[in-house]
Amino acid sequence: MTFTPGTQLRSASSLCEVVVVRPPDTDGTITCAGAEMTTDTDIDRSGAATDGPAIALGKRYTEEASGIELLCVKPGVGPLAFNGAELELKSAKPLPASD
Amino acid sequence: MDLLTLLEMVAAGMGDRVLIGEKATGLTGEELRARSAAGGRLVTDANVATVVYLGGNGPVFPVALFSAAAAHVPFLPLNYRLSDDQLREIFSRQESAYVITDSPERAAELAPSFPSISLDDFLEATAKVPEGAPLVGGDANDIAVLLMTSGTTAAPKSAVLRHHHLTSYILGSVEYASAEDTDATIVSVPPYHIAAVANLLSNLYAGRRIVYLDHFTAADWLDVVEHEAITNAMVVPTMLARITRELDARGKTGPATLRSLSYGGAKVAANIIADALRLFPNTGFVNAYGLTETSSSIAVLGPDDHRDAVASEDPDVRLRLASVGRALPSVEIEVHDLDGKPCAPGVVGDIVVKGAQVAGEYLEGGSRLTEGGWFPTRDLGYLDSEGFLFVQGRADDTIIRGGENIAPAEIEEVVATHEAVLECAVAGVPDEEWGQRIAAFIVLKEGHTLTADELRAYVRERLRGSKTPDVVSFLTELPATPTGKILRRQLVQDFAVTT
Repeated sequence: MTFTPGTQLRSASSLCEVVVVRPPDTDGTITCAGAEMTTDTDIDRSGAATDGPAIALGKRYTEEASGIELLCVKPGVGPLAFNGAELELKSAKPLPASD
Repeated sequence: MDLLTLLEMVAAGMGDRVLIGEKATGLTGEELRARSAAGGRLVTDANVATVVYLGGNGPVFPVALFSAAAAHVPFLPLNYRLSDDQLREIFSRQESAYVITDSPERAAELAPSFPSISLDDFLEATAKVPEGAPLVGGDANDIAVLLMTSGTTAAPKSAVLRHHHLTSYILGSVEYASAEDTDATIVSVPPYHIAAVANLLSNLYAGRRIVYLDHFTAADWLDVVEHEAITNAMVVPTMLARITRELDARGKTGPATLRSLSYGGAKVAANIIADALRLFPNTGFVNAYGLTETSSSIAVLGPDDHRDAVASEDPDVRLRLASVGRALPSVEIEVHDLDGKPCAPGVVGDIVVKGAQVAGEYLEGGSRLTEGGWFPTRDLGYLDSEGFLFVQGRADDTIIRGGENIAPAEIEEVVATHEAVLECAVAGVPDEEWGQRIAAFIVLKEGHTLTADELRAYVRERLRGSKTPDVVSFLTELPATPTGKILRRQLVQDFAVTT
């Protein structure tokens, strides 16, 4: 699937939800805890994973090769991956507060 | 992604943190979320097209803004200092509105068919919903906020900011929960200004408590900064000038808790920055440049840039103290010539900007973006070789004298260096022979005298003869918007009446 900035994604396997900050440079599949993430809001997450790496609220996750950047807007269990390549936590470099 | 997603994140991760108001009595992230859900129901029940906020700054402002988002209608904060006629005209553009105001009587008179509620009643009404009430997300492409442009050069227009513009700005410039829970900011910009909207969203998302000071005076501002241990602040240039004067009068330096002071919204005179740097030796300064139509800041001159400029031996680096810094990583800024081609460094042209936060759209007249997605700011300026942007004023302010284009900013910069000048503005006044003549409007410092000929001679020594003011008018103050933008149009009109 193709992704645009601002798109919110979720999967059946985790309570984690992410927003696309920077789309990947190719089409592909984003997964969380093994299941594909989509824009579908009406999914059954009763069997969501409880064990796995934590994806933390407000943190950004990136994968260098594709350039993808996701923002976690609801925390849950990961990992996040794009076309099989695992995303890593991006270190924050806050800009000076301008307002 | 819409504003409610930001609010949900704030409530989920910083629900217990007081984010609006005084530490002891203010609203927490969760309380703000709950009140916004309740306010959203009130607005939905009123079945209106818009939420109008007509009042001063305070805790009702954020609740009203997010209530509008929760009801999926635009939020339109209006300037309560506008005349009845001006407000009536703006109300007449609205199909229907829920008016949250500090003066329900005035709202009822100006817009009798629209429901209105006082600030206190609204706040009370939003306290009655249990915590955890649902917020239903909206379409990211819906209009989140409408802001009336200040209308310094034309009748005010309604600038459109959609949810995705504002959320893109926040994601591009702020790190979630990056503030300490002891951090606090003071807000004294009026609620109908983009800075107040951007400031609210940025600080909430960062987790920094917001303290509102409704009626700005330098003395009150300094007292609140001290009393509330404020760490961050944003001011417009007129406020910065008054704060430095008040500190000088008190014989003190700025409060030690203040780590960051951001200024922007209009051009700042170099002597004011120099005074401020001297009086706040431990504070990091940030100059921000942005427009209503770009969801606030697009370029920032940070604390390190300020320090580097002050400390440098290189005149080009020192000059950067007068720049607005470099483009945010999430936007592109270029300077274009008359053919729309990028100018070389140092060459003045039209400042244009592109990025996800750039709206560039008005209810009246639609999108102003070019085919390439650039928004023409209608500001003139140039980029230096390192990408620092220098803003030189509005394209509309350009004086055309005998066919020669003259930027008022260049003359103003020279006039402002005269020791007798407190404030000045330069504008073109109509002239039969030349098309326009250059008029300098001057406010003198107390106890100083200056004649028109002395000033003209002073400018002629430093600039070409064609850039010497033809007329000099001495005034007691310059007409300005509440945020410090000088109303040149009014100066020119008043000049025509008195001569």
